[in-house]
Amino acid sequence: MLNLTPKEIADRKALTINPCKTCQPVGALYCALGVHKCMPHSHGSQGCVSYHRTFLTRHFKEPAIASTSSFTEGASVFGGGSNLKTGMKNVFDIYNPDIIAVHTTCLSETIGDDVGSYIMDFDMPEGKLAVHTNTPSYVGSHVTGFYNMMSGFIKYLAESTGTKNGKVGIFPGFVNPGDIRELKRLAGLMEMPYIMFPDQSGVMDSPMTGNYEMYPKGGTTIEEITALGDAKHVLALGMFTSTEPANVLDRKCKVPYDVLPLPMGIEGTDELLMKMAQLSGTEIPQALEDERGQLVDVMLDAHFYHHGKKVAIFGDPDTVLGLTALVLEMGMIPKYVVTGTPGEGFEIKAKEMFAKFGMEGCKAKAAADLFDLHQWIKNESVDLLIGSSYGKQIAKAEEIPFVRAGFPVLDRYAHSYFPIVGYKGALRLVELITNALLDHFDRTCADEDVDVVL
Amino acid sequence: MSELKILEERKSFIQYGKNQSDGCGSLQCDSDSLSGAVSQRACVYCGARVVLNPITDAFHIVHGPIGCASYTWDIRGSLSSGSELFRNSFSTDLSEQDVVFGGEKKLGKAIEELVAKETPKVIFVYATCIVGVIGDDVDAVCKEAEAKYGIRVIPVKSPGFSGNKSYGYRMACDAIMTLIRPHTGPKKARSVNILGDFNLAGEMWIIQNYMKEIGIEVVSTITGDASYESLIKAPTASLNLVQCAGSMTYLAKQMESEMNIPFVKVSFFGIEDTSASILRVAEAVGTQENVNRAKALIRREEAKLKGFLESRIPRLTGKRAAIYVGGGFKAISLIRQFNAMGIKTVVVGTQTGKPEDYEIIGTLVDDDAVILDDANPTELELFMREKGADILVGGVKERPLAYKLGVAFCDHNHERKHALAGYEGVINFTNEINSSMNSPVWQYLQVPEFLTEEGEHE
Repeated sequence: MLNLTPKEIADRKALTINPCKTCQPVGALYCALGVHKCMPHSHGSQGCVSYHRTFLTRHFKEPAIASTSSFTEGASVFGGGSNLKTGMKNVFDIYNPDIIAVHTTCLSETIGDDVGSYIMDFDMPEGKLAVHTNTPSYVGSHVTGFYNMMSGFIKYLAESTGTKNGKVGIFPGFVNPGDIRELKRLAGLMEMPYIMFPDQSGVMDSPMTGNYEMYPKGGTTIEEITALGDAKHVLALGMFTSTEPANVLDRKCKVPYDVLPLPMGIEGTDELLMKMAQLSGTEIPQALEDERGQLVDVMLDAHFYHHGKKVAIFGDPDTVLGLTALVLEMGMIPKYVVTGTPGEGFEIKAKEMFAKFGMEGCKAKAAADLFDLHQWIKNESVDLLIGSSYGKQIAKAEEIPFVRAGFPVLDRYAHSYFPIVGYKGALRLVELITNALLDHFDRTCADEDVDVVL
Repeated sequence: MSELKILEERKSFIQYGKNQSDGCGSLQCDSDSLSGAVSQRACVYCGARVVLNPITDAFHIVHGPIGCASYTWDIRGSLSSGSELFRNSFSTDLSEQDVVFGGEKKLGKAIEELVAKETPKVIFVYATCIVGVIGDDVDAVCKEAEAKYGIRVIPVKSPGFSGNKSYGYRMACDAIMTLIRPHTGPKKARSVNILGDFNLAGEMWIIQNYMKEIGIEVVSTITGDASYESLIKAPTASLNLVQCAGSMTYLAKQMESEMNIPFVKVSFFGIEDTSASILRVAEAVGTQENVNRAKALIRREEAKLKGFLESRIPRLTGKRAAIYVGGGFKAISLIRQFNAMGIKTVVVGTQTGKPEDYEIIGTLVDDDAVILDDANPTELELFMREKGADILVGGVKERPLAYKLGVAFCDHNHERKHALAGYEGVINFTNEINSSMNSPVWQYLQVPEFLTEEGEHE
């Protein structure tokens, strides 16, 4: 029924069908929600922010706040300066955040609004702050917007006093609160003092109390962002998400950094922990060695079901590469690896990973859409699909088992509370993947093949 | 929560009950959101897109950067009895280069690529925020494509900043008029078009079944479960039924003046409004036979519901409801429905209500009920608390807010999973209200004393 994708592949240059990305501002908004008592502000038409809030609310099943400049016809002709000024004044008056994080939109970028100077001219209430970043929707993707907002915060707030504070900045990448909690747990076990930035845990997974808190307990504080300037080191997780802000911080405050892959799978997590051990001078504790051992144990227990199975993975570049690393470790074949976010590095990195495991015939594509992926699958099918909820239609049409991971997951609950990073996250993914494969087998096999022991 | 503040500029958008004694007497509405407000409201593009999206065999190309296409990809919840084409997302995904050099060529090429592999009958091209600013002449590209491919390619002028969501509805109606205008023909007796139902959870089908039973032909459904072929027959109907008045009154008025098709506003939400609407249609275009059939249908269905409601109402009576929905007419139906359940509506707001809607609302609620236009979360929170609402009826952004406040919730928007229209809808609606309000989970909201710090010390 939903299966309208033709098998024959025709060249497409102008038409995007079923996108695998969205625009910068929503990434900037999500980043800003990871700062304590921050109001994200969208400098554009009122529809943008309504869509972004809906998008995030559908993924997290949580309120997602943000204000808007509410552009009118006039603003689009004469510039949005007065809208921003009125908007910021109203936000401080009524919602009383500590800081406003302004991001632009395609509209305010195209008409050439100079948001930096609008903020400079703004009569800032005492003790309040505002930062901004440029997030033209026609460049990059939501991932670009996410790191641009991080860079915006750093440019405005990070300060080097000349005395290091002994902390390590962790840039977790575009991940769920569950992942951030896991990264914090790992840093805690490694006895490594850290500043997590941004930190949506405690914001987008806040507990039910019967009270609505516009600014829940979580989020990186302004003081912490400032203190990033005195950090002894930064661990930038996800090369396509965290490199740029780490670079900005290094240039501004001389904070050295390492770019690591999102710590997904065994090797990715090993690498992070070794780096943490180096930075904290602490040995990796037995507890974490045990977690690693448990993960390997389960992967071995179930490896017959994984080995040689073909997988299609789509989503944001760093998440997709992390998932690719894990499925390779499990003995699966990452047949198609796709991101909508443009950029050459993704394909190079994916091909390196294919080569490392001696994989042949695997395809990687950046700036791709899900129509591409579906056509590839039509021509040579896979055993498993991993990605956002928008893979649902392909999975149904092609009768492929489907594991949801990445952004956005709109049709399942509680997913954002659990990690996919670290050994624990890998263990969870191994369970999800194995269950998806076995559930599919159970549902589709002949009666005589139904077996209570698998 | 005494810290919650209402902006001075917002006060004219809020009133208590009907006819306040402040001299101006009426609620301010149908204007732009305030800069800086955390508005629940969307833009012109959103309005146009939600109205046209359910046209099932149309190609909807969103001309602009990717976001506007991504956010509106298959989220409407409209069901189709035919093509599922509309559930795909097509976009020109404009890049920086296009913004500098113009996107016209890319749009023309995108249409060409589409026509090369598919056989569309109609393509809608949505012009988003920057399209006009970078100087693209979308009208010209569409016109050229129509001539070149012999299909309808219709521009939808929907830059987000050019007004509010209501304005987007009008742009969608203009596009529909452009599509159907050339297809006038002789009027069919005893026939109607249904305007402003989007077939969420199959609601259009429920209404169509009623029409079938009473012997009235449904020519065209606009836009729920619509197709190109069914739409172009619309000019031959003898009456337009307008269900979602907010989005479709404008189209109905145009069809009235250009095609001589009168319209009536109907609502198929709640027993009272459903029965009244069925009878009204029969009386307006039918014979005595149709009226008799309508009366029989109404009698039968109302009788069926009586026992059901009697068993449910004791659990609902005395509760308090808050309503925050898109259009004024839906709010009115909901208030009536709640009244029938013995539930008092204490807060009611809409995104796009008109002065006449708010006037009716004022007569349906108590004098101390809060009526507000284009509410933001802070206001909703403030008034739901002040009025002690037990349930909120709203859309996606209001759901988590309600839950956080410990208030039950019913989605009466895109995310409804059960039909809420017609007599079947009364059962679904009542069940949803009941299951959310009476879920055992609410009782765990209170943290028991032995778990709190005070408890530990004892």
